[in-house]
Amino acid sequence: MIYLRTVWLHLRKDLRLEWRSRDAIAGMLFFTLLVTVVFAMAFDPTGFPTLARQMSGGLLWVGLLFAATTALNISWERERRNQVLDAHRMSASPASALFLGKALANLIFVSVIELALAPVFAVFYNLHPLGEVRWLLLILPLGTWAIVVNGTFFAALGLNSRNRELMLPAALFPISIPALLGVVQATTGVITGDFEPQLWIRMLLGFDVIFTTACILLFPTVLHAE
Amino acid sequence: MHPILKTMQTAPVPAPAVQVRIVSKLYGSFAALKRVSCTFAAGGFHVLLGPNGAGKSTLLRVIAGLITPSSGIVHLLGGDPLQRRDRIAYMSHAPMLYDELSAMENLRYFSRLQHPGANCDCTGSPEMALRAVGLDPTLTRPVSQFSQGMRQRVSMARALVGDPELLLLDEPFSNMDAAGARELVQLLLDFRTWPLAGAGGRTVIITTHQYELVSDVADSVVEMRAGSIVIPQAAAA
Amino acid sequence: MKRLFFILCAFSVALLGFGFYEAVFVAPVEATMGPVYRIFYWHVPINISAEVFPYVNMVASIAFLYFRRTRVALAEKLDALAIATAEVTVLYVGLGLATGMLWGRPVWGIWWAWDARLTSFLMLFLLYVSYLLVRRFSAGSQSAVVAAVLSVFAGIDVPIVFMSIRWWRTQHPAPVLTGEGSLDPSMWPAFLINMAAWFVWGVVLVWGRYAVVRREQVATEQIALQALEV
Repeated sequence: MIYLRTVWLHLRKDLRLEWRSRDAIAGMLFFTLLVTVVFAMAFDPTGFPTLARQMSGGLLWVGLLFAATTALNISWERERRNQVLDAHRMSASPASALFLGKALANLIFVSVIELALAPVFAVFYNLHPLGEVRWLLLILPLGTWAIVVNGTFFAALGLNSRNRELMLPAALFPISIPALLGVVQATTGVITGDFEPQLWIRMLLGFDVIFTTACILLFPTVLHAE
Repeated sequence: MHPILKTMQTAPVPAPAVQVRIVSKLYGSFAALKRVSCTFAAGGFHVLLGPNGAGKSTLLRVIAGLITPSSGIVHLLGGDPLQRRDRIAYMSHAPMLYDELSAMENLRYFSRLQHPGANCDCTGSPEMALRAVGLDPTLTRPVSQFSQGMRQRVSMARALVGDPELLLLDEPFSNMDAAGARELVQLLLDFRTWPLAGAGGRTVIITTHQYELVSDVADSVVEMRAGSIVIPQAAAA
Repeated sequence: MKRLFFILCAFSVALLGFGFYEAVFVAPVEATMGPVYRIFYWHVPINISAEVFPYVNMVASIAFLYFRRTRVALAEKLDALAIATAEVTVLYVGLGLATGMLWGRPVWGIWWAWDARLTSFLMLFLLYVSYLLVRRFSAGSQSAVVAAVLSVFAGIDVPIVFMSIRWWRTQHPAPVLTGEGSLDPSMWPAFLINMAAWFVWGVVLVWGRYAVVRREQVATEQIALQALEV
């Protein structure tokens, strides 16, 4: 109970910080929108609706992944500024609560982007999903969490490194490839209706559970590494 | 019980707040601390002096548990530093505050972090801490709009809000004018008179290179140079 | 120890030479692919060895994280072992990919196919290249811990990668022949000798690299100890 309350404390703090500055969400929103437009110019989705269906799942998630990395760096930059991180390292409350709070906050930020851009995306790419759309209610949060949980972790891992901006993608992208594969396949399955996404949803669920556990167990080590 | 601890208990002086035994800290091939041993008595006002790069800050951060020493032991309030986190506070020249939050929001957050089990809403103690440093708790401006001196005061309040037994300050005067520094010293003296359950009293360890600011109030002075202690004046209990 | 290292080194070179002879001159020509199939005798042993070293790396990293505060000397050795195995992993997986592409070109007609094995090995390659990169990027005293944590993540990720890529490829079956089938008894000796040769050679490389890293660590320590005396 105390642990959950601490997670909530961190989460509320991160939400409030974002609400005051709106850096992360504004940056991500604009970035993802730009990616959507540029890819639309490259592929002409209205001319080739079948191709657009097959490609759009991948495009959406690549855009979100890149956008999320910018937000992830911002979210730890707030702790680095003024050396607040030292206060966290000295605090008596569990370190993993700080991690979970921040990961949940990032989940909310990226979800906001998804909700805002889903209609734009569907319009720009002229998409009429042929599969069961309700699966997206599972796929979107699971896929977002897969990116965000590892991303929050690796952004913290790179906090003291020489080039943080390079280190996050270098560590995050290779590890996330199974999750990306799963979420892109599941989304494509829903949009094209060619195959059922359940297998990939199960895989994503497994990925999320395994890596959330690993992150929570190893985060104190990362926070207290000098 | 360990024989050393036993003799400490039977001795007439109170147990020391901090014991540092043969502590070294290496960064690659650079030795920031070289076999440093010292003791800081409980209830004292201790000053760590020395030029830049002497290892004062490193020693203070080792005591705070922010740096793990390469070798040696630190005893803090009779135990391991990591087990005493709720009883110590650390403040450096960086304010350790969130710029976007108001002073009160910052303090509420950090006081709950420091005492995660506390059931109360803890509105009383952050307000008291802010009033203690002479700030109005009803200010809703974000900390980023505060002046340098005000931020330093909020930072001080952040350190005090956990009701610490041991207060560690790393160059607290570096961004302050003379008047602000004198006020801070007065505040530290006040802090030491706050009532405290249990014996020993509240301890302050401060690093600075402006000795004249604290020369009147210091109980003991430790001077460092190039990672070693050169002057343990007025042997600390 | 040093003598043992050079004996093992000589032994593995001899094995590699013998394996080369067996594979090129003794083993029979394969029915469908012709002589080009002989690359199999290097490709498969290299890839099998390449799957062993990541796990040595992961075990060393977990042990490092466990012992880094309590037994510093042991932890340094484990960290050296982790560096050595990660580098040899990248080398072996890289060689495996290169031989795979060399084999794919004449047999499949293309340099690269997104088939399950090639893709999985590409991912394995990326994971350990990222490990080495992150090691370079992170700050001095912290890099060992950061790298060890990443190694644990990579180790967890490897089976997930292999599984997910197999699902991916079975869902979209591509017209790619799977290669092996059953091995003719006359091919076994050459295969086994090469298997042993490449594994032992990998161990020699790990050992050599480990020794170099250890010397660097000891040298740094010595300078630090001198700094303590001054």
